[in-house]
Amino acid sequence: MNGPQLLEEHIGRLVTRMGAIFPGERAVFRGQDLFTSLGDLDWLELYAFSITGRRYTPQQMRVLHVIWTHTSYPDARLWNNRVAALAGTARSTGSLGIAAALAVSEAQIYGGVPQLRCCEFLTRAKIMVDEGADLEALVHTELKEKRGIGGYGRPIVPTDERIAPTMAIVREQGLENGPHLKLAFEVERILLEGRWRMHMNIVGLDAAICADFGMSPREFNYFFIPVFLAGMPPCYLDAAEKPEGLLFPLPCRVMLYEGVSHRPWRSKTPNI
Amino acid sequence: METIHTRIWQEEAEPDNSFAAATCHCHGYDVYGDLLVHASWIEYLFLLFRGEAPSTQQARLLEGLAIALANPGPRDAAVHAAMCGGVGGSTSASCLMAALAVGAGASGGAREMRLAMEDWLACGTDLALWQTGLAANPVADPADVWPAPGHPAGFDPHGVRCATPVRQTLAYLAGLGYGTAQDCAPSLAWLQANRASLESAAGLPLAMHGVAAAALRDLGFSPAQGEMLHLLLRLPGAAVHALEQKDYGHKNFPFFRIELENDPGPANTSHAGDAA
Repeated sequence: MNGPQLLEEHIGRLVTRMGAIFPGERAVFRGQDLFTSLGDLDWLELYAFSITGRRYTPQQMRVLHVIWTHTSYPDARLWNNRVAALAGTARSTGSLGIAAALAVSEAQIYGGVPQLRCCEFLTRAKIMVDEGADLEALVHTELKEKRGIGGYGRPIVPTDERIAPTMAIVREQGLENGPHLKLAFEVERILLEGRWRMHMNIVGLDAAICADFGMSPREFNYFFIPVFLAGMPPCYLDAAEKPEGLLFPLPCRVMLYEGVSHRPWRSKTPNI
Repeated sequence: METIHTRIWQEEAEPDNSFAAATCHCHGYDVYGDLLVHASWIEYLFLLFRGEAPSTQQARLLEGLAIALANPGPRDAAVHAAMCGGVGGSTSASCLMAALAVGAGASGGAREMRLAMEDWLACGTDLALWQTGLAANPVADPADVWPAPGHPAGFDPHGVRCATPVRQTLAYLAGLGYGTAQDCAPSLAWLQANRASLESAAGLPLAMHGVAAAALRDLGFSPAQGEMLHLLLRLPGAAVHALEQKDYGHKNFPFFRIELENDPGPANTSHAGDAA
């Protein structure tokens, strides 16, 4: 069945296994009672469960928490954070500023897109290497076809200060021997020895860790959607607490015009 | 069956598919059989909001306002936010979401437009009422999600004198009402005549919001409609500047300098915080 008949079947109702509220009574979350079966979960455990439907060990949760805490920078210069800060200086609401900043975090050169691409590459490479493929050849092919590998290299500086403290926690929890993690460092070695000189960034490390925890690339992508969140309210608040319009004010002289010379408009269409 | 109530939009289904509309009427007009051929975009926009077709003068007024608002330029906070999305290769929708979120605010945004229009509702063309209202400081409501306005709506908080584009826009839009059988811009004309007195009462020069609020009042829009239109009409500039910065790339985009007042230093980063 397809077309309008399929749509007719779904008019006015939702068939789902994800959950529902029974007002005044209880709430069901992926087939479990939110207040009893899931009542002992902290928020991040619930968020991870909401995406994957799976529970994680205390050691894994410790690492997942660290991934989040190490990825929230309250620096209003960063492009996504700057949106939240600009909302503050323009006297918009915190919800609008932070929601838009999260949406902007789904970017090509940082955030959402490299996260997904990196995890997809590491997952695919792991399967192919297990089947006998040569990792160096896979890296070369990926670079040739996509002009880069998400999770390696960085737009502002070449190295990533988050790698060492995150790995310290990974080792502390005894999770440093995961196959995707080993493969991710091997990819970095290949990239550093070649002409690309690219270090792994935190996306590469986090993607490998989450792949070792059983997350698919999509699950990893969704898990990461709010990963910059904790850095955003400080940016909004700082701007909102200062006088309006003071965040990065731009005088006319900052604009370097590179367009055509002045010319008069000659209407080619009649007025209304 | 549960239903959606609307006075704006009417559809009749194709005979073989109840999910495809054969005809769509907007406030009684056939959209694809009549408006598509005979109406301009700005006339259709007016119709959507007001429910009636605009007069020629009203369409010209809205058209002029739409041009004046379409691009506040890359220095504007909302456009700046959209460019922050563009430069990082964020999704197009997120660039516009950023422009909407920042451009929603009470300082240079749609909230200011709404507040300015509410002032018009309260004061009309009574100069004494305006002077009293402008002399009063905005009162912050601690239970409101909106931060307290830092200045009287419609005036430039950092201005020295009324900027040239604001004066040009006011003169043009107010002029559209003159010499017509039905004066369609009485608020704009009054604003132009009383600008100096209002600026004196506010202690600030008139801003584009002040002009736009008068224009939207003359067009019969409510403050809520004016807020929506302000969000909509400023999106074109945000869109093109976001696209342009994506082309220029992040190496050509300002990153600015930061001066951290409570930096614990590299040797003492583990336990330092705001208390340091």
